[in-house]
Amino acid sequence: MINYIIRRLLLVPVLLFGVTLIVFGMLQLLGPVERSALYVRDFPRNENQIAGIIKKYGFDKPFYVQYWRWLTGTQDPATGTRQGGILYGDFGYSRTGSQPVIDMIKDRFPNTLDLAIWTVVPMLAVGIWLGVQAAVHQNGFVDQAARIFSIIGTSFPTFVFGLLVLMLFYAQLHWFAPGKMSDWVNQLVYSGAFHQYTKLLSIDALLNGRLDVFWDALRHMVLPILTLSYISWATFVRVTRSSMLETLRMDYVVTARAKGVKERDVIHKHAQPNAMIPIITLAGFSVVGLLGGVVITETVFNYPGIGQAAATAAQQLDVVTVLGFAIFTGAILILSNLIVDVLYALIDPRVRLD
Amino acid sequence: MATLSTPTFDNSLLKDILPERKITWLERVLGPENYRIVKGLLKTPASIVGFILIGTFILIAVFAPAIAPPVTSDPYKIPRDGFSSKPQGIGTEWSKNVPDIPFWYTPLTGKTEWVHLMGTAQGQYDIFYGIIWGTRTAFRTGLMVVISTFIIGIIIGSISAFYGGLVDNIIMRIVDVFMTMPFIMMALIMAAVLTPVLGRSLLPSILALISFGWMGYARIIRGDILSIKERDYTLAARVVGVRDSRILFRHILPNAIFPTLVLASLAIGDVVLSFAALSFLGIGTEIGYADWGQVLSFARNWITSLNDYWYIVVWPGFTLVLFVMGWNLVGDALRDVLDPRMRGKS
Repeated sequence: MINYIIRRLLLVPVLLFGVTLIVFGMLQLLGPVERSALYVRDFPRNENQIAGIIKKYGFDKPFYVQYWRWLTGTQDPATGTRQGGILYGDFGYSRTGSQPVIDMIKDRFPNTLDLAIWTVVPMLAVGIWLGVQAAVHQNGFVDQAARIFSIIGTSFPTFVFGLLVLMLFYAQLHWFAPGKMSDWVNQLVYSGAFHQYTKLLSIDALLNGRLDVFWDALRHMVLPILTLSYISWATFVRVTRSSMLETLRMDYVVTARAKGVKERDVIHKHAQPNAMIPIITLAGFSVVGLLGGVVITETVFNYPGIGQAAATAAQQLDVVTVLGFAIFTGAILILSNLIVDVLYALIDPRVRLD
Repeated sequence: MATLSTPTFDNSLLKDILPERKITWLERVLGPENYRIVKGLLKTPASIVGFILIGTFILIAVFAPAIAPPVTSDPYKIPRDGFSSKPQGIGTEWSKNVPDIPFWYTPLTGKTEWVHLMGTAQGQYDIFYGIIWGTRTAFRTGLMVVISTFIIGIIIGSISAFYGGLVDNIIMRIVDVFMTMPFIMMALIMAAVLTPVLGRSLLPSILALISFGWMGYARIIRGDILSIKERDYTLAARVVGVRDSRILFRHILPNAIFPTLVLASLAIGDVVLSFAALSFLGIGTEIGYADWGQVLSFARNWITSLNDYWYIVVWPGFTLVLFVMGWNLVGDALRDVLDPRMRGKS
């Protein structure tokens, strides 16, 4: 167990190194001239100036020299001030966000986190429940319905589903709205009367005791939550169903039935806990996936998370911003995957006792 | 010395117990295991529906010039009926830039005026034309990405499995790193980086999808090779002293490649979906390129009045859903056939 965790921890720096290498490799696809253009706000027409920038930032140096410089930045020997260096949190200046990329991430990530937190429960609960029902009534009505549902679900692109939902519930019925909050909430939040404890709007609203703000936040999240859950339900139903079916055929379940345990207890107390093990992995990865920024859903619903910011930056070919987001999400995913793996080891006796 | 007579068996008795099984040419070509996969796919109702959907889309792609005649020399540019920003509804007449009326239109409807069958998007791009020619774009991008990722995956996976040890370990860690990154986000970023270099075309998105799409195949082929590597015939070849490359290419790969091949060919649906997602986000092709994601992205500016302009979402949206569903139905049946617990049940 300890061994496993140590091995898993040792993998983290390797993965982080790999991610920075991939991102830096993508940056290298641009020539030195194009990269020098990324560092100046107004593209200089003067040839000598470009050459000067290339020389100053060493864009013509070998790959590893540039990579190291990109990681650690440069230190002014006289003053000791550091310039650049992603290890020191300097991801560059975002043209589309008009602020340093790191500040942009700090602004946007709480929103993504807020959405992720509220998506977890409906995503897991409905998906797993449907899967269990499908397995228990194998080839019955629920099973067939779940199967059709999951095929349609996997075939429905997020953006098509999102647009259809917006068409129905926003344009037609005016029940829910895209975006993050209504105008009056926006004014309230930045007025100073509203204390931002966590920067997660829904949580802050509760902490401030403002139920109306909480409702508004939730109202804006319902459609993205529905879209994100719907897409995952398909996978959850399938995995839960097959895992449940396999467990229900095990000898110990037969034994439980033979000694007269109630059918409901057989399913929920004997079979389900063991059938949950593969689902926990899937759940972990799904939650981690939500944290990585849900680019398409956030864009469709105009929800100001990191995914939407990345999409906007990519659309306007703001390479500096986009690569900053890539490193950030890569790091987030690696760390949360680590947590999921360790939790998994704690839950699964086969790994725990190994 | 008495000559040894060939022993003869009377099989006629067995015939009653075991009905003689005809081995078709297909089974001979594919081998029994692969034949079982193909047969399983052709017997499931869901996958038959899938094949019909895919077949319909192939027909649409092939006959695109007849279904929606192009106006300009570049058929992938959606023809525009003027430049007004307000979308026009279904059945409104073409006024400017009218294409030839397709052969099927007058006999079917009795009209002699060509209309916007599915309405227009903002900028008067004809949605019907975008969907028909978008089918070709879908197949082009899907095939290019799938073939490339398949080849890359096969090469990397075979090297990894065949040499094992440190090589295997390093390659699999690289695969891990690529798999950690969120797919759409990375493809988006890659395409954004490539666009200034390559210009606006299909290429940036295709290359981006290839760069982050090969890992699955590498893993699967690696697993299959690892198991075939230990089979008797491979060991026999090794004992006789056959060269590494020959063992890999003559003995292992032909026997290991089939499941990956089928999986890859069914991935076209997913690839097209990801590609559409990228162009929906505004990456890749220039505005007005006949591509489903592109047509759908026109809806983004009309969110508040989508109930009036539903046709911008519904037509391209359902086309995309049907396309992906066709591949998924076949893929779902394939998963059942490939499931080892199902082996020997049909």
